Amino acid sequence: MIRLDRLTKAFGSVTAVDGVTMDVPSGAVCVLLGPSGCGKTTTMKMINRLITPTSGKIFIDGRDTSTLDAVTLRRSIGYVIQQIGLFPNKTIEDNICVVPDLLGWDRKKSRKRAAELLELVNLDPSVFLRRYPKELSGGQQQRVGVVRALAADPPVLLMDEPFGAIDPINREVIQDEFMKLQAELKKTVVFVSHDIDEAVKMASHIAIFRDGKLIQFDKPDHILANPIDNFVADFVGGDRTLKRLRLVKVADAMQVAPVSVVAGDSLETAVARMEANNHTTIVMVGPRGRARGFLHLNDIRGKGGVVGDHVETLPGLINVNDDLRNAVSAMFSHGVTWLACVDDEGFYKGYVTQRGISQLLGASYRE
Amino acid sequence: MGTFQFIGENLPLIWTRTLEHIWLVGISIVIAICTGVPIGILITRSRALADRVLYVAAAVMTIPSIALFGLLIPVLSKIGQGIGFLPAVIALVIYAQLPIIRNTYTAIMNVDPSLREAAVGMGMTFLQRLRHVELPIALPVIINGVRNAVVLNIAVAAIATYIGAGGLGTFISRGISQTDPRQLLTGAIAVSVLAIVADFSLLALRRYLTSPGLRTNP
Repeated sequence: MIRLDRLTKAFGSVTAVDGVTMDVPSGAVCVLLGPSGCGKTTTMKMINRLITPTSGKIFIDGRDTSTLDAVTLRRSIGYVIQQIGLFPNKTIEDNICVVPDLLGWDRKKSRKRAAELLELVNLDPSVFLRRYPKELSGGQQQRVGVVRALAADPPVLLMDEPFGAIDPINREVIQDEFMKLQAELKKTVVFVSHDIDEAVKMASHIAIFRDGKLIQFDKPDHILANPIDNFVADFVGGDRTLKRLRLVKVADAMQVAPVSVVAGDSLETAVARMEANNHTTIVMVGPRGRARGFLHLNDIRGKGGVVGDHVETLPGLINVNDDLRNAVSAMFSHGVTWLACVDDEGFYKGYVTQRGISQLLGASYRE
Repeated sequence: MGTFQFIGENLPLIWTRTLEHIWLVGISIVIAICTGVPIGILITRSRALADRVLYVAAAVMTIPSIALFGLLIPVLSKIGQGIGFLPAVIALVIYAQLPIIRNTYTAIMNVDPSLREAAVGMGMTFLQRLRHVELPIALPVIINGVRNAVVLNIAVAAIATYIGAGGLGTFISRGISQTDPRQLLTGAIAVSVLAIVADFSLLALRRYLTSPGLRTNP
Protein backbone atom coordinates (compact mmCIF):
# COMPACT_ATOMS: atom_id res chain seq x y z
CA MET A 1 0.00 0.00 0.00
CA ILE A 2 1.17 3.51 -0.77
CA ARG A 3 0.16 6.34 1.53
CA LEU A 4 0.78 9.96 0.70
CA ASP A 5 0.52 12.15 3.76
CA ARG A 6 0.10 15.91 3.23
CA LEU A 7 2.64 15.74 0.43
CA THR A 8 3.79 19.16 -0.75
CA LYS A 9 6.34 20.31 -3.28
CA ALA A 10 7.22 23.91 -3.92
CA PHE A 11 9.51 25.04 -6.73
CA GLY A 12 10.51 28.50 -5.58
CA SER A 13 7.28 30.42 -5.11
CA VAL A 14 5.23 27.94 -7.16
CA THR A 15 3.50 25.19 -5.24
CA ALA A 16 3.42 22.28 -7.67
CA VAL A 17 1.87 19.81 -5.26
CA ASP A 18 -0.16 21.10 -2.37
CA GLY A 19 -0.97 18.96 0.64
CA VAL A 20 -1.91 15.75 -1.18
CA THR A 21 -3.12 12.96 1.07
CA MET A 22 -4.27 9.63 -0.31
CA ASP A 23 -4.08 5.89 0.20
CA VAL A 24 -3.49 3.62 -2.75
CA PRO A 25 -4.44 0.09 -1.71
CA SER A 26 -2.23 -2.88 -2.62
CA GLY A 27 -3.00 -4.25 -6.05
CA ALA A 28 -4.77 -1.07 -7.12
CA VAL A 29 -4.17 0.75 -10.38
CA CYS A 30 -4.37 4.37 -9.33
CA VAL A 31 -4.47 6.81 -12.23
CA LEU A 32 -3.36 10.35 -11.46
CA LEU A 33 -5.38 12.44 -13.87
CA GLY A 34 -5.49 16.09 -14.70
CA PRO A 35 -4.48 18.78 -17.17
CA SER A 36 -0.79 19.48 -17.71
CA GLY A 37 0.84 21.35 -14.88
CA CYS A 38 -1.61 20.01 -12.31
CA GLY A 39 1.08 18.29 -10.25
CA LYS A 40 0.31 14.69 -11.12
CA THR A 41 3.77 13.87 -12.51
CA THR A 42 5.51 15.69 -9.66
CA THR A 43 3.43 13.67 -7.20
CA MET A 44 4.44 10.43 -8.91
CA LYS A 45 8.13 11.32 -9.05
CA MET A 46 8.15 12.01 -5.33
CA ILE A 47 7.22 8.37 -4.74
CA ASN A 48 10.57 7.12 -6.10
CA ARG A 49 12.30 10.29 -4.89
CA LEU A 50 13.26 11.59 -8.31
CA ILE A 51 11.83 14.72 -6.74
CA THR A 52 12.32 15.45 -3.06
CA PRO A 53 9.17 16.59 -1.25
CA THR A 54 9.21 20.00 0.41
CA SER A 55 7.08 18.58 3.20
CA GLY A 56 4.87 15.62 3.88
CA LYS A 57 5.63 11.93 3.87
CA ILE A 58 5.24 8.90 1.67
CA PHE A 59 4.80 5.44 3.13
CA ILE A 60 5.13 2.23 1.14
CA ASP A 61 3.81 -0.73 3.10
CA GLY A 62 4.03 1.37 6.22
CA ARG A 63 7.66 2.38 5.75
CA ASP A 64 8.54 6.04 5.48
CA THR A 65 10.39 6.24 2.16
CA SER A 66 12.49 9.20 3.28
CA THR A 67 14.27 6.90 5.72
CA LEU A 68 15.36 4.56 2.91
CA ASP A 69 18.36 4.96 0.64
CA ALA A 70 17.10 6.53 -2.61
CA VAL A 71 18.93 4.06 -4.85
CA THR A 72 17.64 1.03 -2.91
CA LEU A 73 14.15 2.49 -2.94
CA ARG A 74 14.19 3.02 -6.72
CA ARG A 75 15.36 -0.52 -7.37
CA SER A 76 12.29 -1.77 -5.53
CA ILE A 77 9.94 0.35 -7.66
CA GLY A 78 9.32 -0.35 -11.34
CA TYR A 79 9.49 2.76 -13.49
CA VAL A 80 8.04 3.23 -16.97
CA ILE A 81 8.26 6.54 -18.81
CA GLN A 82 6.54 7.88 -21.90
CA GLN A 83 9.82 8.21 -23.83
CA ILE A 84 10.37 4.51 -23.04
CA GLY A 85 14.08 5.10 -22.41
CA LEU A 86 15.45 1.74 -23.51
CA PHE A 87 19.24 1.90 -23.54
CA PRO A 88 20.24 1.82 -27.22
CA ASN A 89 23.64 0.30 -26.48
CA LYS A 90 22.15 -2.76 -24.78
CA THR A 91 20.26 -5.69 -26.24
CA ILE A 92 16.62 -6.20 -25.30
CA GLU A 93 17.73 -8.95 -22.93
CA ASP A 94 20.26 -6.72 -21.16
CA ASN A 95 17.74 -3.88 -21.04
CA ILE A 96 15.21 -6.06 -19.28
CA CYS A 97 17.87 -7.30 -16.87
CA VAL A 98 19.13 -3.84 -15.84
CA VAL A 99 17.64 -3.86 -12.36
CA PRO A 100 18.27 -7.58 -11.68
CA ASP A 101 21.90 -6.95 -12.67
CA LEU A 102 22.11 -3.93 -10.38
CA LEU A 103 20.73 -6.12 -7.61
CA GLY A 104 23.34 -8.76 -8.38
CA TRP A 105 20.94 -11.53 -9.36
CA ASP A 106 22.33 -14.72 -10.77
CA ARG A 107 22.76 -14.16 -14.50
CA LYS A 108 21.06 -17.38 -15.54
CA LYS A 109 18.05 -16.61 -13.42
CA SER A 110 17.63 -13.07 -14.70
CA ARG A 111 18.07 -14.10 -18.36
CA LYS A 112 15.49 -16.81 -17.94
CA ARG A 113 13.11 -14.31 -16.43
CA ALA A 114 13.68 -11.88 -19.32
CA ALA A 115 12.54 -14.56 -21.74
CA GLU A 116 9.46 -15.36 -19.66
CA LEU A 117 8.52 -11.71 -19.39
CA LEU A 118 8.83 -11.17 -23.13
CA GLU A 119 6.43 -14.02 -23.72
CA LEU A 120 3.93 -12.38 -21.39
CA VAL A 121 3.71 -9.41 -23.75
CA ASN A 122 3.56 -11.58 -26.86
CA LEU A 123 7.11 -10.97 -28.08
CA ASP A 124 8.94 -14.12 -29.14
CA PRO A 125 12.07 -14.37 -26.95
CA SER A 126 14.02 -16.28 -29.60
CA VAL A 127 13.51 -13.36 -31.97
CA PHE A 128 13.75 -10.35 -29.67
CA LEU A 129 16.20 -11.11 -26.84
CA ARG A 130 19.30 -10.46 -28.95
CA ARG A 131 17.95 -7.47 -30.80
CA TYR A 132 18.70 -3.84 -30.09
CA PRO A 133 15.99 -1.27 -29.30
CA LYS A 134 16.32 0.52 -32.64
CA GLU A 135 15.24 -2.67 -34.42
CA LEU A 136 11.84 -2.63 -32.65
CA SER A 137 8.71 -0.61 -33.40
CA GLY A 138 7.48 1.94 -30.87
CA GLY A 139 4.81 -0.42 -29.57
CA GLN A 140 7.28 -3.28 -29.20
CA GLN A 141 9.72 -0.97 -27.42
CA GLN A 142 7.13 0.09 -24.88
CA ARG A 143 6.21 -3.54 -24.22
CA VAL A 144 9.86 -4.08 -23.40
CA GLY A 145 9.76 -0.88 -21.32
CA VAL A 146 6.94 -2.33 -19.24
CA VAL A 147 8.54 -5.74 -18.72
CA ARG A 148 11.86 -4.08 -17.88
CA ALA A 149 10.09 -2.34 -15.03
CA LEU A 150 8.71 -5.70 -13.89
CA ALA A 151 11.99 -7.61 -14.18
CA ALA A 152 13.01 -7.53 -10.54
CA ASP A 153 9.40 -8.19 -9.50
CA PRO A 154 8.90 -4.92 -7.62
CA PRO A 155 5.68 -4.62 -5.61
CA VAL A 156 5.13 -1.07 -6.86
CA LEU A 157 5.07 0.23 -10.42
CA LEU A 158 5.17 3.88 -11.44
CA MET A 159 4.09 4.67 -14.98
CA ASP A 160 4.40 8.16 -16.44
CA GLU A 161 2.02 8.38 -19.41
CA PRO A 162 3.46 5.09 -20.62
CA PHE A 163 1.25 4.68 -23.66
CA GLY A 164 0.98 8.36 -24.58
CA ALA A 165 3.39 8.22 -27.51
CA ILE A 166 1.96 5.08 -29.08
CA ASP A 167 -0.49 5.15 -31.98
CA PRO A 168 -4.16 4.65 -30.98
CA ILE A 169 -4.54 1.12 -32.34
CA ASN A 170 -1.40 -0.19 -30.68
CA ARG A 171 -2.24 1.73 -27.52
CA GLU A 172 -5.49 -0.21 -27.09
CA VAL A 173 -3.67 -3.49 -27.61
CA ILE A 174 -0.91 -2.65 -25.12
CA GLN A 175 -3.43 -1.39 -22.59
CA ASP A 176 -5.29 -4.68 -22.85
CA GLU A 177 -2.06 -6.65 -22.50
CA PHE A 178 -1.11 -4.61 -19.48
CA MET A 179 -4.51 -5.19 -17.88
CA LYS A 180 -4.09 -8.92 -18.38
CA LEU A 181 -0.59 -8.79 -16.91
CA GLN A 182 -1.80 -6.72 -13.97
CA ALA A 183 -4.69 -9.12 -13.29
CA GLU A 184 -2.06 -11.81 -12.87
CA LEU A 185 0.70 -9.89 -11.08
CA LYS A 186 -1.44 -7.56 -8.92
CA LYS A 187 1.18 -4.84 -8.54
CA THR A 188 0.34 -1.57 -6.87
CA VAL A 189 0.43 0.80 -9.82
CA VAL A 190 0.54 4.58 -9.86
CA PHE A 191 -0.15 5.69 -13.39
CA VAL A 192 -0.02 9.26 -14.68
CA SER A 193 -2.34 10.10 -17.54
CA HIS A 194 -4.21 13.01 -19.03
CA ASP A 195 -6.57 10.77 -20.97
CA ILE A 196 -9.88 10.16 -19.22
CA ASP A 197 -10.71 7.20 -21.47
CA GLU A 198 -7.44 5.52 -20.60
CA ALA A 199 -8.08 6.20 -16.93
CA VAL A 200 -11.59 4.74 -17.04
CA LYS A 201 -10.27 1.70 -18.83
CA MET A 202 -7.27 0.98 -16.63
CA ALA A 203 -7.97 2.41 -13.21
CA SER A 204 -9.30 0.86 -10.08
CA HIS A 205 -8.94 4.31 -8.52
CA ILE A 206 -8.74 7.73 -10.12
CA ALA A 207 -7.17 10.77 -8.48
CA ILE A 208 -8.07 14.04 -10.19
CA PHE A 209 -5.62 16.89 -9.75
CA ARG A 210 -5.92 20.60 -10.37
CA ASP A 211 -3.33 23.27 -9.55
CA GLY A 212 -1.40 20.90 -7.32
CA LYS A 213 -4.40 19.88 -5.27
CA LEU A 214 -6.10 16.52 -5.17
CA ILE A 215 -9.69 17.36 -6.09
CA GLN A 216 -11.33 13.95 -6.08
CA PHE A 217 -10.08 10.45 -5.32
CA ASP A 218 -12.50 7.61 -5.90
CA LYS A 219 -13.37 4.58 -7.97
CA PRO A 220 -13.83 5.46 -11.66
CA ASP A 221 -17.54 4.70 -11.63
CA HIS A 222 -18.14 6.99 -8.66
CA ILE A 223 -16.19 9.80 -10.24
CA LEU A 224 -18.15 9.47 -13.47
CA ALA A 225 -21.46 9.24 -11.62
CA ASN A 226 -20.77 11.86 -8.98
CA PRO A 227 -18.16 14.40 -10.04
CA ILE A 228 -17.43 16.52 -6.99
CA ASP A 229 -17.49 19.85 -8.82
CA ASN A 230 -17.79 21.44 -12.25
CA PHE A 231 -14.09 21.11 -12.92
CA VAL A 232 -14.21 17.34 -12.51
CA ALA A 233 -17.48 17.10 -14.44
CA ASP A 234 -15.97 19.06 -17.33
CA PHE A 235 -12.78 17.07 -17.18
CA VAL A 236 -14.44 13.68 -17.32
CA GLY A 237 -16.57 14.95 -20.20
CA GLY A 238 -20.20 15.47 -21.13
CA ASP A 239 -20.49 11.84 -22.17
CA ARG A 240 -19.45 10.58 -18.78
CA THR A 241 -22.51 8.40 -18.48
CA LEU A 242 -21.61 6.63 -21.70
CA LYS A 243 -18.09 6.13 -20.35
CA ARG A 244 -19.58 4.34 -17.38
CA LEU A 245 -21.01 1.69 -19.70
CA ARG A 246 -17.52 0.38 -20.07
CA LEU A 247 -17.13 -0.05 -16.33
CA VAL A 248 -20.16 -2.26 -15.77
CA LYS A 249 -20.15 -5.93 -16.73
CA VAL A 250 -23.18 -7.44 -18.39
CA ALA A 251 -23.30 -9.90 -15.50
CA ASP A 252 -23.92 -7.02 -13.08
CA ALA A 253 -26.71 -5.46 -15.11
CA MET A 254 -28.64 -8.50 -16.30
CA GLN A 255 -31.76 -10.05 -14.87
CA VAL A 256 -30.65 -13.41 -13.58
CA ALA A 257 -32.45 -16.75 -13.34
CA PRO A 258 -34.66 -15.98 -16.32
CA VAL A 259 -37.64 -18.09 -17.27
CA SER A 260 -37.19 -20.09 -20.43
CA VAL A 261 -38.84 -22.82 -22.45
CA VAL A 262 -37.53 -25.88 -24.24
CA ALA A 263 -38.37 -27.07 -27.74
CA GLY A 264 -40.87 -29.65 -26.52
CA ASP A 265 -42.98 -27.24 -24.46
CA SER A 266 -46.39 -26.34 -25.81
CA LEU A 267 -47.10 -22.81 -26.94
CA GLU A 268 -49.67 -22.49 -24.15
CA THR A 269 -46.92 -23.09 -21.59
CA ALA A 270 -44.78 -20.41 -23.26
CA VAL A 271 -47.63 -17.89 -23.26
CA ALA A 272 -48.47 -18.68 -19.65
CA ARG A 273 -44.86 -18.18 -18.57
CA MET A 274 -44.57 -14.88 -20.38
CA GLU A 275 -47.81 -13.58 -18.94
CA ALA A 276 -46.91 -14.74 -15.46
CA ASN A 277 -43.68 -12.71 -15.65
CA ASN A 278 -45.15 -9.85 -17.59
CA HIS A 279 -42.77 -10.47 -20.52
CA THR A 280 -43.47 -10.20 -24.25
CA THR A 281 -40.67 -12.53 -25.28
CA ILE A 282 -39.17 -15.75 -23.96
CA VAL A 283 -35.95 -17.55 -24.77
CA MET A 284 -35.89 -21.18 -25.81
CA VAL A 285 -32.96 -23.17 -24.47
CA GLY A 286 -31.52 -26.47 -25.59
CA PRO A 287 -31.59 -29.63 -23.48
CA ARG A 288 -28.57 -28.54 -21.44
CA GLY A 289 -29.52 -24.90 -21.15
CA ARG A 290 -27.82 -23.26 -24.15
CA ALA A 291 -29.73 -20.31 -25.63
CA ARG A 292 -31.24 -21.49 -28.95
CA GLY A 293 -33.85 -18.95 -30.01
CA PHE A 294 -36.83 -16.97 -28.84
CA LEU A 295 -40.58 -16.52 -29.19
CA HIS A 296 -42.60 -13.31 -29.22
CA LEU A 297 -45.91 -13.25 -27.32
CA ASN A 298 -47.88 -11.62 -30.13
CA ASP A 299 -46.74 -14.22 -32.67
CA ILE A 300 -47.92 -17.25 -30.73
CA ARG A 301 -50.91 -16.09 -28.71
CA GLY A 302 -53.89 -18.33 -29.44
CA LYS A 303 -51.86 -20.69 -31.65
CA GLY A 304 -51.39 -24.38 -30.94
CA GLY A 305 -48.33 -26.60 -31.26
CA VAL A 306 -44.92 -26.81 -29.70
CA VAL A 307 -42.25 -24.16 -29.12
CA GLY A 308 -39.76 -25.84 -31.44
CA ASP A 309 -41.93 -25.19 -34.50
CA HIS A 310 -42.33 -21.45 -33.95
CA VAL A 311 -38.95 -20.44 -32.58
CA GLU A 312 -37.07 -17.55 -34.16
CA THR A 313 -33.34 -16.98 -34.22
CA LEU A 314 -32.00 -14.77 -31.45
CA PRO A 315 -31.06 -11.36 -32.87
CA GLY A 316 -27.92 -11.16 -30.79
CA LEU A 317 -26.19 -12.71 -27.84
CA ILE A 318 -23.90 -11.05 -25.36
CA ASN A 319 -21.33 -12.68 -23.14
CA VAL A 320 -21.82 -12.06 -19.42
CA ASN A 321 -18.19 -10.93 -19.17
CA ASP A 322 -18.56 -8.20 -21.77
CA ASP A 323 -19.08 -4.63 -20.63
CA LEU A 324 -22.31 -2.73 -21.12
CA ARG A 325 -20.80 -0.65 -23.88
CA ASN A 326 -20.65 -3.76 -26.06
CA ALA A 327 -24.14 -4.74 -24.98
CA VAL A 328 -25.63 -1.36 -25.90
CA SER A 329 -23.69 -1.36 -29.13
CA ALA A 330 -25.11 -4.81 -30.00
CA MET A 331 -28.63 -3.63 -29.18
CA PHE A 332 -28.28 -0.64 -31.47
CA SER A 333 -26.77 -2.62 -34.32
CA HIS A 334 -29.50 -5.29 -34.15
CA GLY A 335 -32.27 -2.78 -33.51
CA VAL A 336 -33.50 -4.55 -30.38
CA THR A 337 -34.18 -3.45 -26.82
CA TRP A 338 -32.96 -6.58 -25.07
CA LEU A 339 -30.26 -9.18 -25.39
CA ALA A 340 -29.93 -12.72 -24.11
CA CYS A 341 -26.79 -13.15 -22.00
CA VAL A 342 -24.73 -16.30 -22.19
CA ASP A 343 -21.55 -17.50 -20.54
CA ASP A 344 -18.45 -18.72 -22.34
CA GLU A 345 -20.10 -22.12 -22.94
CA GLY A 346 -23.22 -20.57 -24.46
CA PHE A 347 -25.50 -21.34 -21.50
CA TYR A 348 -28.36 -18.92 -21.05
CA LYS A 349 -27.74 -16.88 -17.91
CA GLY A 350 -30.07 -13.91 -18.10
CA TYR A 351 -31.00 -10.93 -20.19
CA VAL A 352 -30.24 -7.21 -20.29
CA THR A 353 -32.72 -4.59 -21.42
CA GLN A 354 -32.24 -0.96 -22.39
CA ARG A 355 -34.58 -0.02 -19.58
CA GLY A 356 -32.61 -2.02 -17.06
CA ILE A 357 -29.36 -0.34 -18.13
CA SER A 358 -30.91 3.12 -17.95
CA GLN A 359 -32.22 2.41 -14.49
CA LEU A 360 -28.90 1.03 -13.29
CA LEU A 361 -26.95 4.03 -14.53
CA GLY A 362 -29.64 6.43 -13.35
CA ALA A 363 -29.77 4.93 -9.88
CA SER A 364 -26.38 6.25 -8.85
CA TYR A 365 -27.41 9.80 -9.85
CA ARG A 366 -30.47 9.64 -7.67
CA GLU A 367 -28.64 8.29 -4.64
CA MET B 1 64.81 9.95 -56.60
CA GLY B 2 67.34 10.97 -53.96
CA THR B 3 64.69 10.87 -51.30
CA PHE B 4 63.75 7.27 -51.99
CA GLN B 5 67.39 6.32 -52.00
CA PHE B 6 67.83 8.05 -48.67
CA ILE B 7 64.82 6.24 -47.27
CA GLY B 8 66.10 2.94 -48.58
CA GLU B 9 69.50 3.44 -47.03
CA ASN B 10 68.20 4.65 -43.66
CA LEU B 11 65.31 2.30 -42.95
CA PRO B 12 66.57 1.21 -39.51
CA LEU B 13 67.03 4.83 -38.43
CA ILE B 14 63.60 5.83 -39.76
CA TRP B 15 62.12 2.92 -37.85
CA THR B 16 63.85 3.99 -34.62
CA ARG B 17 62.67 7.57 -35.04
CA THR B 18 59.13 6.38 -35.80
CA LEU B 19 59.08 4.32 -32.62
CA GLU B 20 60.31 7.35 -30.65
CA HIS B 21 57.55 9.39 -32.24
CA ILE B 22 54.89 6.80 -31.45
CA TRP B 23 56.15 6.48 -27.90
CA LEU B 24 56.03 10.25 -27.38
CA VAL B 25 52.54 10.60 -28.81
CA GLY B 26 51.27 7.38 -27.25
CA ILE B 27 52.32 8.26 -23.71
CA SER B 28 50.94 11.77 -24.00
CA ILE B 29 47.60 10.59 -25.41
CA VAL B 30 47.17 7.97 -22.70
CA ILE B 31 47.82 10.61 -20.05
CA ALA B 32 45.55 13.08 -21.88
CA ILE B 33 42.71 10.53 -21.95
CA CYS B 34 43.18 9.87 -18.25
CA THR B 35 42.81 13.56 -17.49
CA GLY B 36 40.59 14.81 -20.33
CA VAL B 37 37.79 12.25 -20.10
CA PRO B 38 37.22 12.68 -16.34
CA ILE B 39 37.36 16.47 -16.74
CA GLY B 40 34.86 16.25 -19.62
CA ILE B 41 32.55 14.13 -17.44
CA LEU B 42 32.98 16.35 -14.41
CA ILE B 43 32.05 19.55 -16.20
CA THR B 44 28.73 18.06 -17.38
CA ARG B 45 27.54 18.72 -13.84
CA SER B 46 27.93 22.49 -14.08
CA ARG B 47 27.34 24.64 -17.10
CA ALA B 48 29.35 27.56 -15.71
CA LEU B 49 32.31 25.32 -14.98
CA ALA B 50 32.07 23.75 -18.43
CA ASP B 51 32.19 27.14 -20.15
CA ARG B 52 35.29 28.15 -18.21
CA VAL B 53 37.17 24.89 -18.66
CA LEU B 54 36.46 24.75 -22.38
CA TYR B 55 37.51 28.38 -22.74
CA VAL B 56 40.83 27.80 -21.01
CA ALA B 57 41.47 24.61 -23.01
CA ALA B 58 40.76 26.50 -26.22
CA ALA B 59 43.01 29.37 -25.17
CA VAL B 60 45.89 26.97 -24.48
CA MET B 61 45.52 25.61 -28.02
CA THR B 62 46.34 29.05 -29.42
CA ILE B 63 49.82 29.06 -27.85
CA PRO B 64 52.28 28.20 -30.63
CA SER B 65 53.84 24.84 -29.84
CA ILE B 66 57.38 26.07 -30.13
CA ALA B 67 56.57 28.80 -27.59
CA LEU B 68 55.03 26.29 -25.21
CA PHE B 69 58.19 24.17 -25.37
CA GLY B 70 60.16 27.32 -24.63
CA LEU B 71 57.95 28.23 -21.70
CA LEU B 72 58.45 24.84 -20.13
CA ILE B 73 62.26 25.01 -20.23
CA PRO B 74 62.77 27.36 -17.23
CA VAL B 75 60.07 25.60 -15.22
CA LEU B 76 61.37 22.09 -15.75
CA SER B 77 65.02 23.13 -15.53
CA LYS B 78 64.49 23.29 -11.78
CA ILE B 79 64.22 19.50 -11.74
CA GLY B 80 66.86 19.13 -14.39
CA GLN B 81 64.41 18.22 -17.15
CA GLY B 82 64.33 21.49 -19.11
CA ILE B 83 64.67 19.74 -22.45
CA GLY B 84 64.06 16.30 -23.80
CA PHE B 85 61.28 13.79 -23.31
CA LEU B 86 59.44 15.21 -20.29
CA PRO B 87 58.68 18.73 -21.54
CA ALA B 88 57.63 17.25 -24.87
CA VAL B 89 55.14 14.91 -23.21
CA ILE B 90 53.79 17.68 -20.99
CA ALA B 91 53.21 19.98 -23.95
CA LEU B 92 51.54 17.22 -25.94
CA VAL B 93 49.26 16.36 -23.01
CA ILE B 94 48.22 20.00 -22.80
CA TYR B 95 47.49 20.20 -26.52
CA ALA B 96 45.43 17.03 -26.47
CA GLN B 97 43.12 18.27 -23.73
CA LEU B 98 40.75 20.41 -25.77
CA PRO B 99 39.55 17.84 -28.32
CA ILE B 100 39.21 15.15 -25.66
CA ILE B 101 37.48 17.31 -23.03
CA ARG B 102 35.21 18.96 -25.59
CA ASN B 103 34.12 15.72 -27.24
CA THR B 104 33.57 13.97 -23.93
CA TYR B 105 31.51 16.88 -22.64
CA THR B 106 29.45 17.24 -25.82
CA ALA B 107 28.84 13.52 -26.18
CA ILE B 108 27.61 13.11 -22.62
CA MET B 109 25.47 16.22 -22.78
CA ASN B 110 23.90 14.85 -25.97
CA VAL B 111 22.76 11.62 -24.33
CA ASP B 112 18.95 11.64 -24.48
CA PRO B 113 17.73 13.04 -21.12
CA SER B 114 15.01 10.38 -21.00
CA LEU B 115 17.72 7.70 -20.84
CA ARG B 116 19.23 9.48 -17.88
CA GLU B 117 15.81 9.68 -16.24
CA ALA B 118 15.17 5.99 -16.86
CA ALA B 119 18.61 5.12 -15.47
CA VAL B 120 18.16 7.19 -12.32
CA GLY B 121 14.57 6.01 -11.90
CA MET B 122 15.67 2.40 -12.04
CA GLY B 123 18.17 2.99 -9.27
CA MET B 124 21.53 3.46 -10.96
CA THR B 125 24.16 5.44 -9.08
CA PHE B 126 26.13 8.18 -10.85
CA LEU B 127 28.99 5.80 -11.66
CA GLN B 128 26.68 3.00 -12.82
CA ARG B 129 24.90 5.46 -15.09
CA LEU B 130 28.25 6.46 -16.57
CA ARG B 131 29.38 2.91 -17.04
CA HIS B 132 26.19 1.35 -18.38
CA VAL B 133 24.59 4.21 -20.25
CA GLU B 134 26.40 7.47 -20.78
CA LEU B 135 29.93 6.34 -21.61
CA PRO B 136 28.93 3.52 -23.99
CA ILE B 137 26.66 5.93 -25.86
CA ALA B 138 29.23 8.74 -25.80
CA LEU B 139 32.12 6.47 -26.76
CA PRO B 140 32.11 6.98 -30.56
CA VAL B 141 32.27 10.75 -30.13
CA ILE B 142 34.94 10.53 -27.44
CA ILE B 143 37.06 8.35 -29.71
CA ASN B 144 36.67 10.93 -32.46
CA GLY B 145 38.07 13.49 -30.01
CA VAL B 146 41.01 11.18 -29.35
CA ARG B 147 41.54 10.84 -33.11
CA ASN B 148 41.71 14.62 -33.44
CA ALA B 149 44.15 14.78 -30.55
CA VAL B 150 46.35 12.01 -31.97
CA VAL B 151 46.63 13.57 -35.41
CA LEU B 152 47.31 16.95 -33.86
CA ASN B 153 49.97 15.53 -31.53
CA ILE B 154 51.73 13.59 -34.27
CA ALA B 155 52.23 16.95 -36.00
CA VAL B 156 53.20 18.83 -32.84
CA ALA B 157 55.58 16.06 -31.74
CA ALA B 158 57.57 16.66 -34.92
CA ILE B 159 58.49 20.07 -33.52
CA ALA B 160 59.55 18.58 -30.20
CA THR B 161 62.80 17.62 -31.84
CA TYR B 162 63.95 21.21 -31.20
CA ILE B 163 63.97 20.53 -27.46
CA GLY B 164 65.75 17.27 -28.02
CA ALA B 165 62.84 14.87 -27.75
CA GLY B 166 63.82 12.94 -30.86
CA GLY B 167 61.20 11.46 -33.14
CA LEU B 168 60.58 11.95 -36.84
CA GLY B 169 61.00 15.71 -36.47
CA THR B 170 64.73 15.07 -36.36
CA PHE B 171 64.73 14.44 -40.13
CA ILE B 172 62.85 17.64 -40.73
CA SER B 173 65.04 19.84 -38.53
CA ARG B 174 68.20 18.36 -40.05
CA GLY B 175 66.75 18.71 -43.49
CA ILE B 176 66.24 22.40 -42.83
CA SER B 177 69.58 23.11 -41.17
CA GLN B 178 71.57 21.11 -43.74
CA THR B 179 69.43 22.26 -46.67
CA ASP B 180 68.85 18.60 -47.44
CA PRO B 181 65.44 18.10 -49.07
CA ARG B 182 65.85 14.32 -48.88
CA GLN B 183 65.79 14.30 -45.09
CA LEU B 184 63.13 16.99 -45.00
CA LEU B 185 60.85 14.99 -47.31
CA THR B 186 61.56 11.75 -45.48
CA GLY B 187 60.49 13.31 -42.19
CA ALA B 188 57.42 14.96 -43.70
CA ILE B 189 56.25 11.79 -45.47
CA ALA B 190 56.83 9.63 -42.41
CA VAL B 191 54.87 12.02 -40.17
CA SER B 192 51.96 12.12 -42.65
CA VAL B 193 51.87 8.37 -43.07
CA LEU B 194 52.00 7.89 -39.32
CA ALA B 195 49.10 10.32 -38.84
CA ILE B 196 46.98 8.59 -41.48
CA VAL B 197 47.71 5.11 -40.12
CA ALA B 198 46.94 6.22 -36.55
CA ASP B 199 43.70 7.88 -37.64
CA PHE B 200 42.44 4.81 -39.49
CA SER B 201 43.46 2.50 -36.65
CA LEU B 202 41.43 4.55 -34.22
CA LEU B 203 38.50 4.58 -36.65
CA ALA B 204 38.65 0.79 -36.70
CA LEU B 205 38.86 0.76 -32.91
CA ARG B 206 35.77 2.98 -32.73
CA ARG B 207 33.83 0.61 -34.97
CA TYR B 208 34.92 -2.31 -32.83
CA LEU B 209 34.03 -0.70 -29.51
CA THR B 210 30.70 0.84 -30.53
CA SER B 211 27.66 -1.24 -29.57
CA PRO B 212 25.85 -2.65 -32.63
CA GLY B 213 22.73 -0.98 -31.24
CA LEU B 214 24.29 2.42 -31.81
CA ARG B 215 25.59 1.90 -35.32
CA THR B 216 23.77 3.93 -37.91
CA ASN B 217 24.50 1.45 -40.70
CA PRO B 218 24.09 -2.05 -39.36
